[in-house]
Amino acid sequence: MQQVFSIPKSMKKDFRYTFCPGCDHGVAIRLVAELLDEMNLREKTICSTSIGCSVFLYDFLDVDCVEAPHGRACASATGVKRATPDKFVFTYQGDGDFASIGLAESMHTALRGECVSAICINNTTYGMTGGQLGPTTVMGQITTTSPYGRNREYYGYPIRVAEQIALCDGTAYSARVALDTIPHINQAKQALKKAFEVQLQGLGFGFVEILSSCPTNWHMSPQEAHIRVKEEMMPVFPLGVYKDVTTEKGE
Amino acid sequence: MAESNEKVLIKGNYAIAQAAINAGCQCYFGYPITPQTEIGEYLSAEMPKLGRGYVCAESEIAAINMVVGAVSTGVRAMTTSSSLAVALMQEALSYAASDELPVVLVNVMRAGPGLGYIYPAQGDYNQSVYGGGNGDYKIIVLAPSTVQECIDFTYRAFYLAQKYRNPVILLADGLLGQMMEPACFGKDPYPEVDVSSWALTGAKDRESRAIYSIGTDEKKQVQHIYNLFKKFEVIAENETSYEEFEVEDADIILTAFGSITRNIKAAMKVLRDKGVKAGCFRPVTLSPFPHKRINELASMGKDFAVVEMNMGQMFKDVKYAVEGKSNVSLINRPVGEWLSVEEIVSAVEKIMESKYAASIQYS
Repeated sequence: MQQVFSIPKSMKKDFRYTFCPGCDHGVAIRLVAELLDEMNLREKTICSTSIGCSVFLYDFLDVDCVEAPHGRACASATGVKRATPDKFVFTYQGDGDFASIGLAESMHTALRGECVSAICINNTTYGMTGGQLGPTTVMGQITTTSPYGRNREYYGYPIRVAEQIALCDGTAYSARVALDTIPHINQAKQALKKAFEVQLQGLGFGFVEILSSCPTNWHMSPQEAHIRVKEEMMPVFPLGVYKDVTTEKGE
Repeated sequence: MAESNEKVLIKGNYAIAQAAINAGCQCYFGYPITPQTEIGEYLSAEMPKLGRGYVCAESEIAAINMVVGAVSTGVRAMTTSSSLAVALMQEALSYAASDELPVVLVNVMRAGPGLGYIYPAQGDYNQSVYGGGNGDYKIIVLAPSTVQECIDFTYRAFYLAQKYRNPVILLADGLLGQMMEPACFGKDPYPEVDVSSWALTGAKDRESRAIYSIGTDEKKQVQHIYNLFKKFEVIAENETSYEEFEVEDADIILTAFGSITRNIKAAMKVLRDKGVKAGCFRPVTLSPFPHKRINELASMGKDFAVVEMNMGQMFKDVKYAVEGKSNVSLINRPVGEWLSVEEIVSAVEKIMESKYAASIQYS
């Protein structure tokens, strides 16, 4: 009998699944692991991990990892890459980590054109701490620190990360993807592959923002959460490739 | 200048920069701040020639986290900064201590608190020795007093950091950073340290490695902290260093760290000429601190006068080491003009007259 589905080699075999039911982190991490296998990168990978739900990456991925304090994953990745330019270096961060506390580090890593890849999980909230307003919380969204909904008066506006990173001259690739449907998951994998490839080709910073569900903090079922990704997030955060120096076109 | 026995006239900041190159520092990450900016300037010119890494970081926070990333791969790397900006690096130091990463940080101290100013001071003793980061951790702190020691201690800093997998702070000050003095680079005297058992190089022909400080398992976290402190006991046993002059017959021992040590040595000679039996003691490692030796000297009935350019930060550690066995006085000015030999001599004379511990503060 032919085995058609298995755990990627780049994933640990004995992990305990610690994410909430319906959370997209699991899918995102699996896509990363599949790519590390397919692109034969595992043995040269050093991952700079982050704080928040994404902190548990090293429970799942069977690659070398170094922990960065909250928001500093891109700085740490810069250090790793400058020290060992022949390694494959990537970060895996939440939106709070990448685009709030770490915005300076993220933006400047892109501006420097560091040959590293960065993944930002955008679920419009701080997941680990129980669903507070974050940099990507959409207008009107109710969180534990915006109980009347996000408004301009108190909170200002969310950041569109993929678009901002695309504006940096050192960025080689910037895209926004989602994991709510099978076609979108396949597109996400292709985007991640591209963000990895531009690093390997020495073209600059590769970035993918992944729209993800957080059923627990959104108080929704997994199915409802994916409907929210489509109906409430995509209008604010349109999917697409915002920069790709290999095709010299953006959308 | 690299690895030569020739004596050169050189500024402390440049001496640190070149010594880092000689010590095999592969990457430098920094952000400008007076009075240490020349280190980054020097390395921006030299590191590219050697094919080594150099990043003008967007902030001190980024700079030290770049060091964290770089040293996790087993290479030598450092950042340099000053006082208020070193304050920004405390979070990463706590991480690096817990992660057992050989971060090297040079602090060329200036005056505080807050923005303070660019004149020299020694106000970061507490920040360095006790740390501004969270949790229980210890940093190795080396305090040079001459440009020559800026070189020697830079070599030592890189060696100790890797040998013990512990962050090291080289605690200089604006006086040393900006002062020119004859010094000799020689050759980095320390052996290479094998980092292959822990460095991140990609999981090839071995299991993957993760360097992190999260402690979800309470029991493991307890053990981890005990292990860190056991390691520091070994560091204290092997690496505690100090310098002492004419303490054997001394009634009072002038005690200082860093560049003000130069003035207590001169003051000691003047006092001896005046018939006061003064000695000098100077911790070279502020952490681990030479508690044992200070306690021995106190047991012999010798008093201490701690001379510092701060409000008495090391003073407390000397008192703690003395355990009430003798008098410990403080002679200080918080920032600005270094306490002169005359000021120190006059203060010691007053202390000797009173026969009690005193606090003599200059404005």
